[in-house]
Amino acid sequence: MNRYRITEADKVYAAEFKRNLDAGNWFHSPGLQRVLNAMRGGPWAGKYVLVVDEPFKRWRLGQMPGKRGDPIEIVPGHRFHSLNEAEWEVFKLRWQQHTGEPLSL
Amino acid sequence: MRILAYADRLSARPGEAVEIKVSCDGLARYEAELVRIIRGDINPEGPGYREDAVDMDLGGPFAGRFQPIHTGSYGIVEDNAAFRDLSTFTAFAAIWPTMPREGPQTILARRDPMTGAGFELFLNDAGALEFSVAAGTADVSSVSTDEPLLAQRWYLVAASLSAEDGRVTVMQHRLAPHSLPAAAATVTREGRASTVPTEVAAPLTVAARPAPDRPAERHFNGRLERPSLYTSVLSLDGMVARLDAGSGNAGDDDLVAAWDFLIGISTDRMADVSPRHLDGALINLPTRGVTGRHGGTDAFCWQQTPERYAAVHFHDDDLHDAGWDTDFAFEIPNGLRSGLYAVRLHADEDEFYVPLAVLPPRDGPRAAAAFLLPTASYMAYANNRIALDVPEAEIVIGRLLEHKAHDLFMQEHPELGLCFYDVHNDGSGVYYSSRLRPVVDMQPKIIGAMGGTGSNLWQFNADTHILGWLEHCGEPFDVITDEDLHREGLSLIENYRVVLTGSHPEYHSAAMLDALEAFVHQGGRLMYLGGNGFYWRISFHPALPGVIECRKSEDGIRAFAPLPGEFFASFTGEYTGLWRRNGRPPNRLVGVGMVSQGFDVSAPYRRTQASRNPRAAFVFEGVDDEIIGDFGLSGGGAAGLELDAVDHTLGTPEHALILASSERHTDVYLMTPEDMLDPVPGLGGTEADIIRSDMVFFETPGGGAVFSTGSIAWAGSMAWNGYDNHVAAITANVLRRFLAPEPFRFPGATAE
Repeated sequence: MNRYRITEADKVYAAEFKRNLDAGNWFHSPGLQRVLNAMRGGPWAGKYVLVVDEPFKRWRLGQMPGKRGDPIEIVPGHRFHSLNEAEWEVFKLRWQQHTGEPLSL
Repeated sequence: MRILAYADRLSARPGEAVEIKVSCDGLARYEAELVRIIRGDINPEGPGYREDAVDMDLGGPFAGRFQPIHTGSYGIVEDNAAFRDLSTFTAFAAIWPTMPREGPQTILARRDPMTGAGFELFLNDAGALEFSVAAGTADVSSVSTDEPLLAQRWYLVAASLSAEDGRVTVMQHRLAPHSLPAAAATVTREGRASTVPTEVAAPLTVAARPAPDRPAERHFNGRLERPSLYTSVLSLDGMVARLDAGSGNAGDDDLVAAWDFLIGISTDRMADVSPRHLDGALINLPTRGVTGRHGGTDAFCWQQTPERYAAVHFHDDDLHDAGWDTDFAFEIPNGLRSGLYAVRLHADEDEFYVPLAVLPPRDGPRAAAAFLLPTASYMAYANNRIALDVPEAEIVIGRLLEHKAHDLFMQEHPELGLCFYDVHNDGSGVYYSSRLRPVVDMQPKIIGAMGGTGSNLWQFNADTHILGWLEHCGEPFDVITDEDLHREGLSLIENYRVVLTGSHPEYHSAAMLDALEAFVHQGGRLMYLGGNGFYWRISFHPALPGVIECRKSEDGIRAFAPLPGEFFASFTGEYTGLWRRNGRPPNRLVGVGMVSQGFDVSAPYRRTQASRNPRAAFVFEGVDDEIIGDFGLSGGGAAGLELDAVDHTLGTPEHALILASSERHTDVYLMTPEDMLDPVPGLGGTEADIIRSDMVFFETPGGGAVFSTGSIAWAGSMAWNGYDNHVAAITANVLRRFLAPEPFRFPGATAE
């Protein structure tokens, strides 16, 4: 489990993540990597994943069950036509989960 | 996925028969055809999917039928007159439950599944021991200790029935060490049975009971030692004495049968030590060669101290052989060229591919180059659940997980079975993996999880990037498999001039490694076109085809750590784990060895001064670039996913030329545990110099040579731009020189 608590002070890394997505830069600062580690780890139950509707073209948002054998649930209202679009959307959803506040840059 | 299938084999020669086993879910009919797999990548940016139909009638259309998969291991002993005489008896065993509150779990039973008549010793829903005796479903007597057993603690569990007065006694006794003096060491309860069922025709089962609609149910999770039956009512002391006596009490008059699991650890048999020899079978490969109630401290090898390994670990998700009936069979026709094929089964929008390597005839003719399809590694990863079960998977791929149709299917169908990257439902590690089941991620068109940005291919489908390149080159090649190499050894490859590996040939048996080493030492040329190769030692079962074992002892990148004392394969007694920990690091064979992994983006190589050495001139003929592989379908670069580097202390030959190295990877890439002796900051890809791919070339004394890329992503760069790029050109340069008969001159050897 990750003990890092994401706070308002990490907004600078949210902005960096958006810049990196737009620029196709996968080399993140240590501060951003720490935020991503906190968001991307954690328990399975409720974890966001992408469900591929059409390979390389269309995706929906899904949430993992906590148990083998249970289905992956689709989260209504989230359809993506690029992976970057999905990354940013999930980043914002997770930001709200972690901080309790919507992300506003 | 409404069609699933597997074959009885992964490779065949002309004239040999292949059996296809199919299950359809709601499909009345399906078609089947044989296709040759040329390129499996469906990425629009890739080289384009291609399969070529083989003009051959496999029969069909075929009638679809559903064939289930029943997971869960257990032991079964055929019905015997000795069991029918049981009116007064005691049944006991030592157990180490792992999921004692997760549903009823049978320890020992003899019960007719249709009538319910018989007896059963089991853990009930509350995790307490219970014994039930029944003449039928309406006449059941049960007694429970009402005291839940603790997980991962050894107990003697027992039940006895006295025909004289119908008295039933059930007892659980905590076996040493008693670390909790406050806990009751022994719990005993008594009751009465209204009937003594002797007229029961049923097998005796261990760790499950027969079921009316499937082979078995109520599978026990945990370790179980010495299930025993006696025709007397035994006291606690009497049972403990018999447990401790092992085979020494085989002559007891009241002994019906006692199954001693330290006998035949390499087999799927359970041996009865009584004079009756009521031996049984262990179904679905429960784990053997595991420590029992005496093991774990000064016992480290089951062959040296078998008495410490008298337990079997049963799991409700063990699977050896799905055991499906054959739907059709066909013979590989003479004249069919060697290659990677698949039986394509399809109906409506559903399809499933059953891969099959077709070898050349045993006595030739054959091509000069052979592609060694890494089927042992495919088996090691078969139906892997990394993207479904490992929460950190998203961190190591550096982006959201994408679940495709086969992932969704695997999530809902855990009965497809586990592999070396999974743990069992009870959290214990998976030591065995089988190909005798549908393997949904061993197909063309499949997109993986750890293949980096871009095509995101892994193992089987990633290797079609290499096969597609071979096709593009136009050089004739054969396809052979790991399993063939294990079985036939050097004789399989000695007449080839070149052997090419897949993108991730990670798992090898000793026989496979012996053959490859002998091949390069006697003049063969080896092209290692992958990363993290020759890493784990595996054991093929000597008698059961299609199943391998790997215990990832000591260290290495792994999903779990085996318990102390369990580093030796039960199949063979070999010390499995890293080849490096077996004194045979990959560096000795291919010059490089695993140093890091990360699954986001890949990096290019930069040529070194050594690449200008005349010995390596052929490699870069027509290639002037300094930067190699700054493109690709596997993470956008040629060096990535899993990386190998030179280490002379691990056996890289001193004359090996480091032709190029990658320079900078993301911090998703980290050092391997085996190199990370002292964890200190700075172990990521932007800082640690060890995190790189080294491309190497060296000659061998027999006129042979080795070329290694040390990167899984290399193949994805070969396939970039329709194979028209300098990574593909370098690989083709190497292949053509390696195919040439002129021997390589070993540096320092006297010129002739």
